[in-house]
Amino acid sequence: MKFQFDSVDAFLKMGGHGAFVWASYVIVYAILIYLTLAPVLSKKTFLKQQKKLLHLQKKSPENSQ
Amino acid sequence: MNWQWFHRLGSPRWFYEKTDAWVPWLVILAWGLLLVGTVWGLGFAPMDAKQKDSYRIIYVHVPVAFISMACYYIMAIAGAVGLIWKMKLPYMVMKSAAPIGFAFTIIVLATGSIWGRPTWGTWWEWDGRMTSYLVLSFLYLGIIALQNAFQSRDTADKASAILALVGTVNIPIIYKSVDWWYTLHQPASLNLTSAPKIHISMLYPLFTMIAASYIFFTLVLILYTRAEILRRESKTQWVKDLASGVPSKGDKA
Repeated sequence: MKFQFDSVDAFLKMGGHGAFVWASYVIVYAILIYLTLAPVLSKKTFLKQQKKLLHLQKKSPENSQ
Repeated sequence: MNWQWFHRLGSPRWFYEKTDAWVPWLVILAWGLLLVGTVWGLGFAPMDAKQKDSYRIIYVHVPVAFISMACYYIMAIAGAVGLIWKMKLPYMVMKSAAPIGFAFTIIVLATGSIWGRPTWGTWWEWDGRMTSYLVLSFLYLGIIALQNAFQSRDTADKASAILALVGTVNIPIIYKSVDWWYTLHQPASLNLTSAPKIHISMLYPLFTMIAASYIFFTLVLILYTRAEILRRESKTQWVKDLASGVPSKGDKA
């Protein structure tokens, strides 16, 4: 198995198809990174909010359910 | 037969705690395989004689297309299990699968369109495969919209499950569209009943990306479901304990 391109420039240009190939991979990786991070961040934000809420409820138990 | 495992599957807390240990391994495996497959496909797979280097888009387009259809089946099956057995967790899985499936269909439509330009000379054609794929993205959008359209969680889940089940009719249409209405999109290069139409040196990186995509899908479905479990179970003691930092099993990702 060998690298199919003679230079980095040839690898980027891909015989004139570089823009199409690289644009596809950029779109794919941007969406895959978003799909990985979005639920993790959403969960962290939720837990933070819940922690604040529980703290407030402890401070004023008459206002909590 | 022991059905304990089935009842456990219905428990959001059990799922949350069980999957906690899986997440780091799935992250490593999915992203590791994605990177290996990408480098292999972009740099080391030989150039195609007809399409030249533009064919390298296959390594992201085809695996994600597989997953976007598998995701729909999982969403519909989860909806059916929720409707039949009135379990909470399958509905959470169903809701979580919708944005993932929608994102995958966007990838397939975008990369297909970009690939079409150098290959067919057009970004878009209303042929069977592309149109049925666009319908698939609308079905995912419909589920997302239905989830937000009702005040009652129960009604939203039931309506989404019914739409998901009705929409399954589109999947075989997508699959067979290239044979029924053959216009621009080529027939399947890979299927279970005949030998692959791709040379083995191009096939191995494709298989790597297909495996990576399935593992990646498993990972993100688990991550989205875990976040959804916390939102829906926020009134339960175990989630309160988790939020207030009381040590218990399960919290990394």
